Amino acid sequence: MSTIQPNIEQPVSEEMALVRRAKRGDDQAFEELVRRYDRNVFRIAQHITQNREDAEDVVQEAFLKAYSNLEKFQEQSKFYTWLVRIAVNEALMKLRRRKPERTVSLDEEVKTEDDSLPREVADWSPNPEQMYNQAELRDILTRTIQGLPPGFRTVFVLRDVEGLSTEETAQALELSIPAVKSRLLRARLQLRERLNHFFQKRASGDGHQ
Amino acid sequence: MKCSEFLNELTNYLDGALDARTKSDLDDHLAWCHNCYVVCDTTRKTIEIYRNSELYELPDDLRVRLRAAIMTKCSEHKKSDRQNR
Repeated sequence: MSTIQPNIEQPVSEEMALVRRAKRGDDQAFEELVRRYDRNVFRIAQHITQNREDAEDVVQEAFLKAYSNLEKFQEQSKFYTWLVRIAVNEALMKLRRRKPERTVSLDEEVKTEDDSLPREVADWSPNPEQMYNQAELRDILTRTIQGLPPGFRTVFVLRDVEGLSTEETAQALELSIPAVKSRLLRARLQLRERLNHFFQKRASGDGHQ
Repeated sequence: MKCSEFLNELTNYLDGALDARTKSDLDDHLAWCHNCYVVCDTTRKTIEIYRNSELYELPDDLRVRLRAAIMTKCSEHKKSDRQNR
């Protein structure tokens, strides 16, 4: 069975050259960094906050924070990983402000009884995405991922949607590597379980019912 | 190998992050355990569907507007920073 490969591989040296120019006060270099990563930051922010306006704010605040703290960036990680860390923190703050009744933390206690064990095992249609039109599919995927706890959702988005490595995800979220792996496994299994309902093979064929 | 042991390694298996010996043990398990095969296959599809889904793409007009707003704020920050020095 084929393995899942990360889908982003930026040449570090080019990125670092831009960062160094930006540190020397070259705003065009910083703007190039914005251009490079604004889409990623927006996706991550919207996945965490689940709100478009909040995501727009997070993009602006994260880049402004990166700009004003650029001197403090030690160049020990990729700039992108550092930026993601800032963006995740901003997004979690938004979420906390909006849902003060629930403490939102990446360290939230994970239930001890295993809520991720597969309960339903059924083959999926060979091309599950084609069982629905684009709008229906977006709706299914959005609602499904929104049902995950923020700590699981964030790990899944960074690792599987944005293609950060396990180590980069751990750095960005200030989690240990085993914690990232454990959350990723649970996130993947929970999403799979929830999508089962929509994507399993139907006796009458794959069309709409 | 038990199914629970297979599940514990599922993420490493899908990410290709296993030594040859462990991978071969997992392949053996998949060859006879249909349930684990299905869980593994549908988990892989789950990841691929989300990766290809393009949920929350940033529209071009909003992108231009956000970038302009960011650069304006940065330039204001620079000015006030200079004044404070």
